[in-house]
Amino acid sequence: MLEIAGRTFRSRLFTGTGKFSSSQVMRDALDASGSEMVTVALRRVDLNDPGDDIMQVLDRQKFFFLPNTSGARNADEAMRLARLARASGGGNWLKLEVTPDPRTLLPDPIETLKATEELVKDNFIVLPYMNADPILALRLQDAGASAVMPLGAPIGTNRGLLTIHQVEIIISQARVPVVVDAGLGAPSHAALAMEIGADAVLVNTAIAVAGDPIGMAQAFAKATEAGRQAYEAGLGQQGDAASASSPEQGLGFLDS
Amino acid sequence: MLTIPSFPELQNIIEAQSADDVQRILQQGCNSIGDLAALLSPAADPFLQKMATRSRDITLQRFGRTMQLYAPIYLSSFCTNRCAYCGFSAENKISRRILSMDEVKKETDILHQRGFNHILLVSGEAPKMLGVEYLEEVALLLRQKFASVSIEVQPLEQDDYARLFKAGITAVAVYQETYDREIYDQVHLAGAKADYDYRLMTADRLAAAGMREVGIGALLGLSDWRQEALALGIHLAWIRKNYWRTALTVSFPRLRPAEGGFAPMTEVTERNLSQMIFALRIFDPDVGLVLSTREEARYRDGMIGLGPTRFSAGSCTAPGGYSQADDSGEQFAVDDTRSLDEVCAIIKKMGLDPVKKDWDSEFQNINI
Repeated sequence: MLEIAGRTFRSRLFTGTGKFSSSQVMRDALDASGSEMVTVALRRVDLNDPGDDIMQVLDRQKFFFLPNTSGARNADEAMRLARLARASGGGNWLKLEVTPDPRTLLPDPIETLKATEELVKDNFIVLPYMNADPILALRLQDAGASAVMPLGAPIGTNRGLLTIHQVEIIISQARVPVVVDAGLGAPSHAALAMEIGADAVLVNTAIAVAGDPIGMAQAFAKATEAGRQAYEAGLGQQGDAASASSPEQGLGFLDS
Repeated sequence: MLTIPSFPELQNIIEAQSADDVQRILQQGCNSIGDLAALLSPAADPFLQKMATRSRDITLQRFGRTMQLYAPIYLSSFCTNRCAYCGFSAENKISRRILSMDEVKKETDILHQRGFNHILLVSGEAPKMLGVEYLEEVALLLRQKFASVSIEVQPLEQDDYARLFKAGITAVAVYQETYDREIYDQVHLAGAKADYDYRLMTADRLAAAGMREVGIGALLGLSDWRQEALALGIHLAWIRKNYWRTALTVSFPRLRPAEGGFAPMTEVTERNLSQMIFALRIFDPDVGLVLSTREEARYRDGMIGLGPTRFSAGSCTAPGGYSQADDSGEQFAVDDTRSLDEVCAIIKKMGLDPVKKDWDSEFQNINI
């Protein structure tokens, strides 16, 4: 089972609450996904208000809420949002997003590292959203991040795991779970991320904007599971190896 | 915290591996300790040529057509440890000496004139005579001349390592000798070295101190080589995971004749040693692999390009041995006695570039 900062999750599919046509569709889709971790944008949700349209339909017993700092443009804004979330009952878990460019919403590595350092000191469980940069992933882990969340492609693009080679390096070096976040547009993308050894995936747009969000949520759930099972079963690699490469350098010199 | 499984446990892992496992790994890559165990297992022996080719291809890809060269310089033969296999062991009646700074200069000038830019400082363990102050003084002296200065001395504290790094030491090697606790206790009869765990965690202190490169190794001939190599792989992977900024090297010294007449407790053939080198290369494409003059010229020449990335050359293992012909008081007898030029010639003949300089003495000097 997946474990992050001492909490276990049966489902390795994390979901989001944005971009759904209605809160009812959102609820049904999230139910169908089997997801246990749902990220919520602090700027969208009022965690204190039982009348909030998202809070009203989501069972907090069933879904672990991961507040995110969506909209923060620098470390300072992210830290203010984080403290706000905690003060309003959001707990100390945080998906840290620092995205200064409103067009691409790509994460700012320097501000993200800065905010991670500060928030960890302030006892937050920090899961930073990041570009798929292996050294940044290591620096964030050194700073105390409880997981790292590299992107597969720019958020909302549905382009899949474009960063696969970088993500493979991140996974091979990781001391904390690796959650591929953003850009996964089809179940096959999620399956690929899981096959290469990601610990979980986070999918929002692809489910929310599908023709049938409920059907798509189920499809992602199956793909995530299939990918994980394939990883655990040990995939055969497509091989450079079987090919007889250059001529051998013989071992005739050995005395034994 | 690093834990090395017991040797019977390691043996079970190795014995569980089959020829099918070896073939799968050769086709699909070596991705776990279990995979390394397969490459070290008896089941891999028929695939040695295939392993050699894979090891060569990986080495070529990661290190290019190069071979680094270094020379050891022995600073002192005084030692407070009693280690059954070592010529410097405290109870051995050999003439002992420690080099003065003038003598260090004389010895290293000779090596510098011969063309070496990377030297390795070696000594027995006698911290009262040769402690961090002495090493710091030597480092400050040598960094004016040499591009890189490594040490292979007794394990030190993290603060000491930080101090030596600042003084210009770029790499430190501390070999566990054997990861087999039982054998370790048998051969380390007395002295600070008898503490297995303190020695094991030395790489941790070194990496934490910011040392650029850390060397680990096992002395072959004490315990079973397959299990020793698997333990080395576990140690290597642990350091990589925890200290991603640290470059790593591994050495495979086979026991050589030495004062005291210790006979190897297990046999390690050239074929075994080669399997170990190829397996570790396939397991860790980036680790530096060191093959010293303990090995015969014929064997070293044959291994050029197949996995090792660093050779010593023209080595003398007695303090003061470069400036005087007398080789009494050496730690062990070297086998490949060729000069640096001769070794470089054969490396070039094999199509590789002998690299005598790694780093830069100016770089070492700026952060005084």
